[in-house]
Amino acid sequence: MADFPILSVLLLIPILGALIILPIRSAEETGNRNIRQVALLTTLATLIISMLLLGNFNNSLAGFQFVEFYPWFGGDTGFHLGVDGISILFVLLTAFLMPFCILASWKSIQVRVKEYMIAFLLLETLMIGVFTSLDLFLFYIFFEGGLIPMFLIIGVWGGARRVYASFKFFLFTLLGSVFMLIAILYMYAQVGTTNIPVMMAYDFLPEAQTWLWLGFFASFAVKLPMWPVHTWLPDAHVEAPTAGSVILAGILLKLGGYGFLRFSLPMFPIASSELAVIIFGLSLIAIVYTSLVALAQEDMKKLIAYSSVAHMGFVTIGIFVVNTQGIEGAIFQMLSHGIVSAALFLIVGVVYDRLHTREIARYGGLVNNMPRYAVVFMIFTLAAVGLPGTSGFVGEVLVLFGAYQASTWLAVIAATGVVLGATYMLYLYRRICFGPLDKPDLLNLKDLDKREFLIFAPLVAVVIWMGIYPSFFLDVMHASVAELIANYEAALGGIAAVGQ
Amino acid sequence: MYHFIVFAPLVGFLLAGLFGKTLGKTGSQLVTSGLLVFSAILSMFAFYDVVANGNVQTIAVADWVTSGSLNFDWGFKIDTLTAVMLVVVTLISALVHIYSIGYMAHDPDNPRFFAYLSLFTFAMLMLVTADNLVQMYFGWEGVGLASYLLIGFWYKRPSANAAAIKAFIVNRVGDFGFGLGLFAIFMVFGTVYLDPIFAAAPGQAGMTFNFLGYSVDILTTICIMLFIGAMGKSAQLGLHTWLPDAMEGPTPVSALIHAATMVTAGVFLVVRMSPLFEQAPIALMMVTIVGAATAIFTATIGLVQNDIKRVIAYSTCSQLGYMFFAAGLSAYGAAMFHLFTHAFFKALLFLGAGAVIHAVADEQDMRKMGGLKSMIPKTYILMIIGTISLTGFPLTAGYFSKDMIIEVAYASHGAVANFAWWAGISVALMTSFYSWRVIFMTFHGKPRAPKEVMAHVHDSPNVMIVPLIVLATGAILAGWFFSGSFVGDGYDRFWNGSIFLIGQNILEEAHHIPWGDILGKWLPTIMMAAGFGIAYLFYCRGGDLPAKTARAFKPVYNLFYNKWYFDEIYDFLFVRPAFFIGRVFWKIGDGLIIDGLGPDGISAVVVRLAGRVRKIQTGFIYHYAFAMLIGVAALVTYFMFFRGGI
Repeated sequence: MADFPILSVLLLIPILGALIILPIRSAEETGNRNIRQVALLTTLATLIISMLLLGNFNNSLAGFQFVEFYPWFGGDTGFHLGVDGISILFVLLTAFLMPFCILASWKSIQVRVKEYMIAFLLLETLMIGVFTSLDLFLFYIFFEGGLIPMFLIIGVWGGARRVYASFKFFLFTLLGSVFMLIAILYMYAQVGTTNIPVMMAYDFLPEAQTWLWLGFFASFAVKLPMWPVHTWLPDAHVEAPTAGSVILAGILLKLGGYGFLRFSLPMFPIASSELAVIIFGLSLIAIVYTSLVALAQEDMKKLIAYSSVAHMGFVTIGIFVVNTQGIEGAIFQMLSHGIVSAALFLIVGVVYDRLHTREIARYGGLVNNMPRYAVVFMIFTLAAVGLPGTSGFVGEVLVLFGAYQASTWLAVIAATGVVLGATYMLYLYRRICFGPLDKPDLLNLKDLDKREFLIFAPLVAVVIWMGIYPSFFLDVMHASVAELIANYEAALGGIAAVGQ
Repeated sequence: MYHFIVFAPLVGFLLAGLFGKTLGKTGSQLVTSGLLVFSAILSMFAFYDVVANGNVQTIAVADWVTSGSLNFDWGFKIDTLTAVMLVVVTLISALVHIYSIGYMAHDPDNPRFFAYLSLFTFAMLMLVTADNLVQMYFGWEGVGLASYLLIGFWYKRPSANAAAIKAFIVNRVGDFGFGLGLFAIFMVFGTVYLDPIFAAAPGQAGMTFNFLGYSVDILTTICIMLFIGAMGKSAQLGLHTWLPDAMEGPTPVSALIHAATMVTAGVFLVVRMSPLFEQAPIALMMVTIVGAATAIFTATIGLVQNDIKRVIAYSTCSQLGYMFFAAGLSAYGAAMFHLFTHAFFKALLFLGAGAVIHAVADEQDMRKMGGLKSMIPKTYILMIIGTISLTGFPLTAGYFSKDMIIEVAYASHGAVANFAWWAGISVALMTSFYSWRVIFMTFHGKPRAPKEVMAHVHDSPNVMIVPLIVLATGAILAGWFFSGSFVGDGYDRFWNGSIFLIGQNILEEAHHIPWGDILGKWLPTIMMAAGFGIAYLFYCRGGDLPAKTARAFKPVYNLFYNKWYFDEIYDFLFVRPAFFIGRVFWKIGDGLIIDGLGPDGISAVVVRLAGRVRKIQTGFIYHYAFAMLIGVAALVTYFMFFRGGI
């Protein structure tokens, strides 16, 4: 197993799937069916390989494992892959969510099925690439490359205002990326390599760190998104097809958090510690502000989109308090949010497929004729509000434990998000599911069918599993997080010593 | 054994919840009730084992979370305090399950109802058996969830849905306090496990830490934050508004959750954390004041309500106030004793009220009842038993526990204790008045219900009456039987270290009040009798004395009747502003300012671009992809060029 290039295989399978799909004629229904099946099988194969990856992963090691290196431009810049206890979980998250995207698009996507599936498969390769790259240049290509299929998914298969939304999405993220690119170029000039492990060990000058940190911050803050560069997200979600929203919320938003962990903290520790206060301020605003905005929403997807911003506020707080609970909580929160928000968008998709509206006021009393739907919706609502026993609790509470140690203000204000979160989610649930079923066009809505039920069952299982036995995932990250913190503190300590 | 006690209800929940359709109505009823009866029987063995054999233990169940130095796993801490709660919770829950078989007989959603009841019981058991604070928080939020689901059980009613959300969110406000207390405890003690915290507590007494920029006493701050959690769950002044609305749920739910068990979790928390509270006298004072104030305040509202369940709900708030001020005066044993007896007589009153409501075709307004005495005699007698116990008629359970609390306040010194005593005495009067008012308005006088309703009034089936008889037995005998252990000579042996005290046990002093001391010993009983007398005068002599009094004290009456306008004030202060600010942030913050100032220039370009794109839109995805590809290629080229240039 040790010599088997499992990460390359992981990257290649979706591309292979896309190549198989390419010649299939998508004009007829049989062709479309074949395309869907190939896409599903491809994503399932990727999932299985990524589980094998986790199975062979050594939890007790802090460094990168399954490292592969193929020289590209000469020197040690090249096709350099590897995973540690942090990135492997995101690989798994990506591979886990993809089959749901394919299944969710089974019936709702009827035009350009081939192109759609190819876009998703390429997106999978690119996302896995982001999390496995050990080369900064490679990372950047994957990171920005992911924009393209996502842009297309929104722009081609989206709703009425899809063009506006996709351009807004594109401009925001590209704008952030420009700064990151400049930072990357500077770093390359400084270190002489784009090898990430080498760069992590390099001590950048404190003055340079600030600028580099800000450069990366610009990109990651947009991706997460942090307040105030979050306004692209609600539009993008609203216009994206269901599966697009799933990937957007489930994986793309995690790129920012992952970036902070992989680059900002280890490479610019001094800047991180000095500028953390910016992060805290923006995160707290995000939590309170977007929670209140979510309360006022009339569109289901927008509400969930705003709630994502609030949840990501917890993530950024957890990362930048730089203690074990904070960072592990942030990672866990990202995994949990990846699944819960993905599930919530799928839940919106279920009724959207039936009624073609996301307007909350058009619904009400669905529990009467869609009881199974109501149960599933309730479970994910509870996970979203961080009820103990669901995955949402573990992440949130760990972050708050960590935040309290850094600053009581931080914890107190962030904890208001727990109250506000319950308010907007339960209010949403009440307006959609509870009450009498008296709107005429709702009377004939059918409950979850077998395919939909099969989509939700594993998601429910994972959310509860993560809530009751989170150790499975926490154990994977312990060693890498411990090393991250140790290096961070050593770097700060070193500077303090020089200062004296 | 403890595994079975705690997890049997979970199994019941899963069976009825997942396979409710297959099991059917009777199947779900039998499975959940059967498991709970077993659980209750085992709890009694457990109680015996702990109390008689002193078999105190901690049991590890499973791993949960480890993150750095923070660790919390699933486990049970079994001591007398837990054992008492185990008995209360499983016994009342089993009785309520059985009662519900009759009460919910005509409801189409039986499996769901019984599943929720069992879920609640499981969460409550996790709460009382927790050996660490995070597990307690798990149970704490879990009972909140079950309460939310059960209040909103009849989801077609908008009022039930509103009440359910209100309950959850007000409780979350309390949980916010609990959570902060939890985080502070971890920071100070480095653990969330109870035993090490208790061991280290004396070392932290009088120390200060930084909280929100102020240097404050550690244990006082922690205790106040935990108490905020307790206030939410136990519906104390300020966070009480959810409890009366919670009566939207089916009546068995009100009995189990909103009278006997869940709402007492706050009292349990304070008693459980007595090693911390004892080191924080200011926090204890706050507990006393809030408890006493709640007792008075909610009793005044109870005086004038017309909904039978709401009167009992306000009575519950008020009685919880008694428990808190007892705990605040360090009479934890008395607080637990009242919790214990209250569970019997309040569950009895609620379930009895349910039987009344059941009899008069789901009517809850007492103005439309009256004259039911001879038609539902069994219910009448059982309700009387509950009432005399609640009002503290000599030798009933309520007499032992409530008078003990008032005597403690009498024996304690200081202004706060004085206030508590006055509160206790005046609440005793009010309790007696409104309780008898319920009896008189419901059972005595002329029937005020429509004829066709009166024609169908009948006593409930045995499946509902038998649980009531069990509760009635407890409501009469529990005080006499257990008083020695909970608050008397057997105190030390009974509690066996599960309650911590500094200094003299105040219960001792209360016992030394001589029988000749009219104020100390007899006043509560006199108040009880007076309350009965006034109620009799008002509601049994006919006449329009109630209406006249209401007119004469119109402002006061309106204040009480409208619950001191708490809901209106909260609506004005929090609910409306939250929605308003949300809209402002959304439309102005996001729309005008962020999008306007930031990407608006870009956005204008976007619109123009979009227009152009629409023109060149060829309908082929390849064209877009090609354009993007060129972009990436340009980027790569640039990068390579740059690299070569160095």
